[in-house]
Amino acid sequence: MNTQSEGVEGPQSIPALLHRNASEFADAPAYREKEYGIWQSWSWRETLEEVEALALGLVDLGAREGDFVAVIGRNRPRLYWAMIAAEMVGAVPVPLYQDAVAEEMAYVLNHCGARFVIAGDQEQVDKVIEIQEQLPEFEQMIYLDPRGLRKYDHARLHQYSHVQDVGRAKRDELTPEITARQARLTYDSTCVMLYTSGTTGKPKGVVLSNRNVIETSRSSSEFDDLRQTDSVLAYLPMAWVGDFIFSVGQAMWTGFCTNCPESAETMHTDLREIGPTYYFAPPRVFETQLTNVMIRMEDAGRFKKWLFDRCMAHARKVGPAILDGRRVNQWDRFKYNLGEILIYGPLKNTLGFSRIRVGYTAGEAIGPEIFDFYRSLGINLKQLYGQTEATVFITAQPDGEVRSDTVGVSCPGVELKIAENGEVFYRSPGVFVEYYKNPESTADTKDAEGWVATGDAGFIEEGSGHLRIIDRAKDVGQMADGSLFAPKYVENKLKFFPNILEAVVFGNGRDACTSFINIDLTAVGNWAERNNIGYASYQELARHPQVMDTIQAHVEEVNASVAEDDMLSGCQVHRFVVLHKELDADDGELTRTRKVRRRIIEEKYADIIAALYDGSKSVSTTTEVTYEDGRKGSISATLEVRDAAVQVVSRKMAAE
Amino acid sequence: MLDQTEGYTTADGRKIGGVVMEMKNITLRFGGVEAIKDISFDIREGEIRAIIGPNGAGKSSMLNVISGFYVPQDGEVWYKGSRRPPMKPYEIARQGIARTFQNIALFEGMSVLDNVMTGRLTHMHTGIWRQAIWRGKAEAEETANREVAEKIIDFLEIQAIRKTPVARLPYGLKKRVELARALAAEPSLLLLDEPMAGMNVEEKEDMSRFVLDVNDEFGTTIALIEHDMGVVMDLSDRVVVMDYGKKIGDGTPDEVRNNQDVIDAYLGVAHD
Repeated sequence: MNTQSEGVEGPQSIPALLHRNASEFADAPAYREKEYGIWQSWSWRETLEEVEALALGLVDLGAREGDFVAVIGRNRPRLYWAMIAAEMVGAVPVPLYQDAVAEEMAYVLNHCGARFVIAGDQEQVDKVIEIQEQLPEFEQMIYLDPRGLRKYDHARLHQYSHVQDVGRAKRDELTPEITARQARLTYDSTCVMLYTSGTTGKPKGVVLSNRNVIETSRSSSEFDDLRQTDSVLAYLPMAWVGDFIFSVGQAMWTGFCTNCPESAETMHTDLREIGPTYYFAPPRVFETQLTNVMIRMEDAGRFKKWLFDRCMAHARKVGPAILDGRRVNQWDRFKYNLGEILIYGPLKNTLGFSRIRVGYTAGEAIGPEIFDFYRSLGINLKQLYGQTEATVFITAQPDGEVRSDTVGVSCPGVELKIAENGEVFYRSPGVFVEYYKNPESTADTKDAEGWVATGDAGFIEEGSGHLRIIDRAKDVGQMADGSLFAPKYVENKLKFFPNILEAVVFGNGRDACTSFINIDLTAVGNWAERNNIGYASYQELARHPQVMDTIQAHVEEVNASVAEDDMLSGCQVHRFVVLHKELDADDGELTRTRKVRRRIIEEKYADIIAALYDGSKSVSTTTEVTYEDGRKGSISATLEVRDAAVQVVSRKMAAE
Repeated sequence: MLDQTEGYTTADGRKIGGVVMEMKNITLRFGGVEAIKDISFDIREGEIRAIIGPNGAGKSSMLNVISGFYVPQDGEVWYKGSRRPPMKPYEIARQGIARTFQNIALFEGMSVLDNVMTGRLTHMHTGIWRQAIWRGKAEAEETANREVAEKIIDFLEIQAIRKTPVARLPYGLKKRVELARALAAEPSLLLLDEPMAGMNVEEKEDMSRFVLDVNDEFGTTIALIEHDMGVVMDLSDRVVVMDYGKKIGDGTPDEVRNNQDVIDAYLGVAHD
C-alpha cells in the first residue's frame, strides 16, 4: 500500500482535505444554499463541524467500515456532507439519481447492499419504503426534510438533524473512533461508487479510489487555473460523476465554494444571483437558454431588435478572436467594447454568466452556432470529453484552442490510443478501480496495462492533436452498399435546429437511412403562437402539415451538409416521421442523462420503422407510456411518413 | 354515533379534538329568499370539514356566515366556547379565521411575496410612525414576518414565483398563492371556498396534498366547500350536505355517500 502511495504529497482522502480546508481557509465560504429566500452559507470550519457531527451520529447508528451508504436527493449541502461523513466513517457513499423510479433504485441498492440510505425528502423515503422488502441488507434511513414524515414509523427512520444531535452529544466518546477510521483511509481506499446510467443493460457500479478523485481534481484544477475564490452552482444530478468531481473533488482540492439552488425551478434565478466563475452544463441547457433569448428578442421592440442583431453580428465576427487573445484591429475592438456596454454585458448578466472564467459543456455534441454564440459574448465556454470510468477527464480544450468540432487535447496525465476499428482508448491516474461485483465487465473494459476502452469511435486530428469523436463505436455500422453508417453524426446535425429536440436515425445494414424526429415544444409552440396556429397537445402540433414541412426542410438541409462529407455521405435521411410523443427516460427510451437507447427504441417502435422502409404514406400505432407516478397509459396516433430529398451527386460518390 | 363532547379518532388515526365552532339553528334571508334554513352543525379542532351540495344550495352563504361576513337573522354562532357577536372582518381575522375565495381575490399588481406578506398584517403591531422611521422595531418585525412568509412559500413550493407579479400567473398557481396568503395569517380555522374549482387533475392532486399537509403539519382546522365529489370524499373527515338551503345529511364520507336524501339531491328523484 505504502509503495503505491509513494511520491504523493498532501492529504490522501476527501475527509483529510476537509480538515486541511477547515484550518487553511477556515472562514471562507464552503457551501451556500438558498433557503427561505436567503442564501445561507457555511464556512469551511462550520462544514467540518457539521460533517463530523453526522459522522459521529452514523457511527452511533452502527455504520461500519466498508458499508455502502446510498445518498438520494437534489443538490443540497447536507447531502454533500452526508457523502463526506460516510467517507469519514470508512463507508462508501453511493449517490443515486433522484428521479429514478423505485425498481431502478431497488436494483442499485441491492447490488451494492446498502445498509444506510440518506434521503432528501418524503418522496425519496417513500420510494425506499416501497422497495425495502426486496432489500435484505438495508437497515437504517436518514431523511433531511421532515415534511410529511412525522407520522411514519421511526423504528428505522431518523431525522438528519437528530442524528447530528446524537453525534454531538457523544462527541467525546466517539471521536477517537472516527479519528482512527480516518487515519486508516489511504490513497487507494474507495472514495465513492457511482452507477453509470448504462445505455445498454443494467447499471454498473464504478468504484473510484481517493487516488482517482484527488489526482484528477488536482490536475484538472491546475489545467484551468481554478482558485480558492471561485464558485460553482451545483445543480446537476449528484449521482453523475461530473457533479462529484466539480462539487466535491475540485471543491475540496481548491477550496472553492459550492452553491446549491433553492429548487430545480429557481435554478436560473439562483444562477444569476450567484454568478458562478466556474460553470458546467450539458449542451441542452445552453440550447434552451439560447432558444429563450431568441424567443424573447422576437418580442422586443424594433429598435432593440435591430441593435441586438447588429451587435450580435459584430460579436460573431470578432468575439471569439478577442476571447482567444488574438490580434483584432482597434476599430473592431472599440465596437466590441461598445457592444459589451449595450448588449453583451446586460445579456450575460441576465443569463447569470457575468463572472464566468471557465465554462464547460460535454456529454453530447454542441451545435456550432450555439457554441459560437456564447463564445462571441466573451464567455469562455469549452468542451471536454470524459466518462465515469476516467473520473471525468479524458480530453479538454485548453484556453485559446477552442473549436466546436473537437473535444480538445488529452488532459494532463492522460494517454490516448486509437484502435484499428477507430475506438478510442485511454490510460490515466483517473482510471477506475473496477466495476463493483462485476469482474467480467471490468476485464472487458480495462486491460492488464490499464488501457480503457471508451466505446466511442474517433480520430486524432493531424496538426492540432485534437481528438474528434464520430459516434459510439458499437453504433457505427455499415450500410448495405458498404458505406459508413454513423447515426449520431446525422442526429447531432438534426438536433442543432432549435425546432428539433431529439432525432434517432436508422439504417445499419439497410440501403437507406431513415429517422424519427421529436419536435421541441418550446420552439415550435412559440412559432405556432406567432402564426396563429391553434393546437391542443404535443401530438396535434407534431403532425401539423406546416410543422411537417418545416421539419422536412431541416432534414433536407442536413442531407445537403451530410453529402459534403465523403466518408458519411451515405447517411442521408431518405424518409422520416415526427413521433407522436417525446422520447422519455420514464419509458426507458432515454437514459437518465438523456442519451438515446437505440435497441429499446428499435423494439418498441418496430411497426413505425417497418413503415419507414415499406414505402407507405402513413402508419397507425399505439404506444404505451409511463407517467411520473409509475402508472401506465397509452397513446394512439396515425403518423405521416414523409420522403426527404437527398443529394444525388453524393449517392454516386458513395457507390464508387 | 359521534361523541358530542369528546373528540374522535379518524380512520387514518388522527385525533380530532373538541368543538371549535358551532352553528345553532342558523337561518339567513335575503329579502324574501331563505338562503339557509335552520341549519345546525359543528366543526371540531383539527378536522377537515366539507360542505357540499348542488348549485344554489347555500354553501357559499354558509361559509360567509362562518366567516362572519353575513350575520344570520336567526340562530347563534359559537366560536371557541363563546357566542360570537356581529363583527367587522378585521376583528374576525384577529380571532384566527382566514379564508380563500371562489373567484381569487389577490392583489394582481403585487408580487407573490407581497401578497403573502399582506396575510401577516394582523401580526404587525408597530404604528405608522415607527414604520416610517423603519430602523429598529419595525424592521425587526418585518424580518420576523418575512421569515414566516418564506416558510409558507417553501411549504407550498412556490419559491420560483416569489417575485412574480400575480397577474402573470396561471390560474392554478394563483389559487395556491391565495392559500399561502391565508396560511400566512397562521389561522386556527381556515375556510376554503372551492379550492379546486377550474383546476385540471394534476392541479387538483397538488392542491389536495397541500390541504392535507396543512392540516397535518400545522394542525389547522379546515372547513371547505367543494364541487368535486371525489376530492371531498377523499379529503374530509366529516361532510355536511346542503340542498335548497336545508341540511340533508351530516356525517363521515361513507355515511353521506349512502344517505338516500343525498343521492336523491344529486341524481334527482323520479316524479311518479
